Amino acid sequence: MYLNTLRSLTGLALASALLTTTVPAQAQQQLLPAQSSIDFSARQMGVPLQGHFKKFDAQLAFDPARLATSRIRFTVDTGSATMGARETDAELPKPVWFNVPQFPQAIFESSSIKALGGGKFDVAGKLTIKGTSVDVTVPVALTQSGSTTTATGNLPLKRLTFKIGDGEWADTSMVADEVQVKFKLALTGVGKL
Amino acid sequence: MTRSSPAPDTGRYSTAAIALHWLLGLVLVAMLGLGAYMSDLPFSPQRLKLYNWHKWTGVAVLALSLVRLLWRLSHRPPALPAAIEQAMPGWQKWAHHGTHVALYALFFAVPLAGWAYSSAAGFPVVFLGLFPLPDFVPVSESLADALKLVHATLAFTLAGLVLVHIAAALKHQWIDNDGLLRRMLPGRR
Repeated sequence: MYLNTLRSLTGLALASALLTTTVPAQAQQQLLPAQSSIDFSARQMGVPLQGHFKKFDAQLAFDPARLATSRIRFTVDTGSATMGARETDAELPKPVWFNVPQFPQAIFESSSIKALGGGKFDVAGKLTIKGTSVDVTVPVALTQSGSTTTATGNLPLKRLTFKIGDGEWADTSMVADEVQVKFKLALTGVGKL
Repeated sequence: MTRSSPAPDTGRYSTAAIALHWLLGLVLVAMLGLGAYMSDLPFSPQRLKLYNWHKWTGVAVLALSLVRLLWRLSHRPPALPAAIEQAMPGWQKWAHHGTHVALYALFFAVPLAGWAYSSAAGFPVVFLGLFPLPDFVPVSESLADALKLVHATLAFTLAGLVLVHIAAALKHQWIDNDGLLRRMLPGRR
């Protein structure tokens, strides 16, 4: 009896392992978090400040040959923002900044992707941060190396569009409105460019 | 009036030395007060603004202290009047020189520690919001904590020595009645 149970458990494990490996690679487009980064930079009274998000994810169905049906959905955990200092990190989740309890994720959903040639794309879509959605076009450059496709780009944002730094922090002479978001996303399973 | 170097006949400090003394004296007292006040404020635009003003002023203090040191090294201060020097016990002569040397050392050490603390905390110093100063330490939370303590300890030491300095000057003025303070007063002899 005991042996039987063990045998069937082993069988189940083997079967699931087989199943996982037999799924075609293209259907498994995935973000490699360890090789990816999302940085942001802003200015406070002329002082350049750097930060980054530690947790983010992407769901993709991206085929360079079939852009019309390609989709990218990208989420960033707002609570994972850090600027490397205890004092600022304690502030970022608060309602005037990211309001993490109410808006735990920032989301980008693509609507159309346009190839510009040379591995460059314009990805248009909807960016939602802190409950405000805006249409943005993100310039993305793709490079491929082995099985990894790396997407890089810069997206300048106005923080006040999303009320990030509201109330007394809305003063742009204190913290500049412009925030540069720089991303590098390593992806697996993307077809040849 | 003949300004510049020794000025043995008047026994007074040079005009530039007097100007730098009072300017930096007032700024240092203001900075000690500002530093103690702002560090207790909650995180707010007001706090960040005061921190930046404190840093900008600290940069100015550092630069003016360098000017002051070079001036002092190239313009010998007036010697103590012989009568006063003879009346001073040995420990007072030591204290007199020691306090001045320590004050000068702290004029540099306190702003430098503050600058390093700011860099380590991830907030590079940008003088007047326009001129970025280099970071000579890496961004590190533990280093920032240590440098904050160093900056505060040195600043309180400076505050203590300023009090000793003022107390000694007032003692000469009101207890010894020797008129020594006039050497550092602007205007008339």
